[in-house]
Amino acid sequence: MSFVSQFKAQARVMAGDLRHRKIIRTALRNYEIVRDVRKASFQDWQGARQLAAETKWQAVNHLDQHLEQFTAKLESRGTKVHWASNAAQAREIVLKIVKDKKAKSVIKSKAMTSEEIHLNDALEHAGLNVVESDLGELIVQLRKEAPYHIVFPSMHLTRDEISELFQRELGSAATNDPEELTMIARRALRKKYLTADIGITGANFAIAETGMISITENEGNARLTAALPKTMISLIGIEKVLPRMEDLALFLPMLATMGTGQQLTCYNTLYSGPRQPGETDGPEEWHVVLLDNHRTELLADAEQRDALHCIRCGACLNVCPIFRNVGGHTYATTYSGPIGSVITPHLRGLQDWKHLSSASSLCGACTETCPVKIDLHHHLLQNRRNAAKQQPSFAEKTSFKLFAFAANRPALWNFGKKMARIFQPLQGLVKGTPVDPAKAWTQTRDLPQLAPESFKDWWRNRK
Amino acid sequence: MSEREKILGRIREALKVGAPHPHSHTHAHPSPTSPPSTPRKWLPKVGETYDEQLALFAKNAAELKADFQLFNSAAEARQGIAALRDKEKWQQVAGHSGDLTNAICPALNLPLLRTDKPYDVHALEACDAGISECDALIAQTGTVLVTNRSAGGRALSVLPPHHVVLARRDQLVADLPAAFALLQQRYATNYPSMISFITGPSRTGDIERILVLGAHGPKKLTIICF
Repeated sequence: MSFVSQFKAQARVMAGDLRHRKIIRTALRNYEIVRDVRKASFQDWQGARQLAAETKWQAVNHLDQHLEQFTAKLESRGTKVHWASNAAQAREIVLKIVKDKKAKSVIKSKAMTSEEIHLNDALEHAGLNVVESDLGELIVQLRKEAPYHIVFPSMHLTRDEISELFQRELGSAATNDPEELTMIARRALRKKYLTADIGITGANFAIAETGMISITENEGNARLTAALPKTMISLIGIEKVLPRMEDLALFLPMLATMGTGQQLTCYNTLYSGPRQPGETDGPEEWHVVLLDNHRTELLADAEQRDALHCIRCGACLNVCPIFRNVGGHTYATTYSGPIGSVITPHLRGLQDWKHLSSASSLCGACTETCPVKIDLHHHLLQNRRNAAKQQPSFAEKTSFKLFAFAANRPALWNFGKKMARIFQPLQGLVKGTPVDPAKAWTQTRDLPQLAPESFKDWWRNRK
Repeated sequence: MSEREKILGRIREALKVGAPHPHSHTHAHPSPTSPPSTPRKWLPKVGETYDEQLALFAKNAAELKADFQLFNSAAEARQGIAALRDKEKWQQVAGHSGDLTNAICPALNLPLLRTDKPYDVHALEACDAGISECDALIAQTGTVLVTNRSAGGRALSVLPPHHVVLARRDQLVADLPAAFALLQQRYATNYPSMISFITGPSRTGDIERILVLGAHGPKKLTIICF
């Protein structure tokens, strides 16, 4: 089945799934309240957004210089930097490090880049034991699912479902207390931290000026992942750069505000190297893998380049009427919601993924909420335009040609109008059935009733 | 050609076409390092005076479910930490050597696992609390700023179930921009390999978005300030 028919079929099921919609509404209600409280605590939220947009613009529009500065600083402190043009190269790099270290087990903290290159599958194929340490990621890993949401991976599940999962996979006792369930995961993972050979992380920001990565998290799992295993690997998209360390004074509270409605996420940690002389813990080796994987293609589209400003806060998913109704898994992409619909056609191919840009009400809620002011809903329109230009649809082209032909010939146009008035009642017989050529549109919509007399006729016949 | 050169080459090729600047009124092309306008005027407000800032830190800490204890002297702080030991029934604690830890920790009368010397991570995991110093307390967000140099390594502040921070009253800074300025001033020639902004005890909301403390890091965070 093609990606588009899969999406349509799944969206139809999910949009009618009232239980799912209720779970998502409940999960997001508290977020909406605390997010708005945090936004209001800024002296000027719009000013902060503007500054964030300008800072990211500066970062991305001088990406080459920032990456050179970032990697030179990293290397000067003993970090090994690797460059990967695509997913396969990134997987090879990680697998080679793992083999060189004769590693048996890997502990991971949340990294969307790792989902993007399907790293877990590759590591498991190579015979490694791989454990996700973020609670939400662990839950979806045990369910053999992709994360539902880039910030809240398990928001589609109830505590009862999680309890059943833990009983089955971790052999724990039944409980529907979120605290108990969290402690089950805490106990299960403690041993893994202490014995894992390799720790894998992502990064939220890469600071060019000082050669640091910044990781934002609430649980402390990334802190442990970067403290205990002997080897650390960080998988980072090339667009993550910020020019200066002090830019974080703005970006950390903005990410927390829009991501989870917190003033600051519990742990925001900067790493600038492996264990340095005189330090007593931390990894002996640190590898940073910089991932392109079609990001330079998005960069080449100047019109949509600002999509690379994204800080992956997930705010546009949370406000999107499409995401909230069809759910995260329906997208079948690593990045879902409005930002996913914008960038996936660039990352995986426009023709296969253009349907995501049509799954939009163009309400603009995403653009309005985005903390770095990405022009999301216009980018959806641009994707539609680009897709039609690149591969025009025969039916669409033909119908517009026929329309133009008729509209340019008044006699034909008037004849058509008369016929339409006579035959409109018959439309009811085929409306929405397989023989209706406009089925996709008409099965859920009514055609307006034509007036008994056209305006032109009425004008001519008036007394 | 290496992958590095290929990727940088693609970036340079892509950037030949300029993207519209988000500031619609100017068409200036700022250099990659031009200083940003300060975010201070947009960020949440912090009081002008020290007392206002201290009160804000205490309020933020309470909201974060961190335990902020303010004392008037080192002697009082010693009594405070001894009371904490009794309340939490500590058997083993970990810490590091420093002016504040050396002044306060002996009051515990417990063996201290030192993490600023080579140590056994399993022994640290078995400790009831990790006691560390910090670089600063940030009023704006209720944050404790630590580095692996100031706070006994990477694991001390995150592996034991209770993190106790010792801070002097004059370590309070107003806001995040001030905290970054302090880091630059103190470490710019040689940054510690880990710098962490700790804002409350470890937490998660991954199950039905319900707040649970102590996901993987400490369940409790106590800040002893004197």
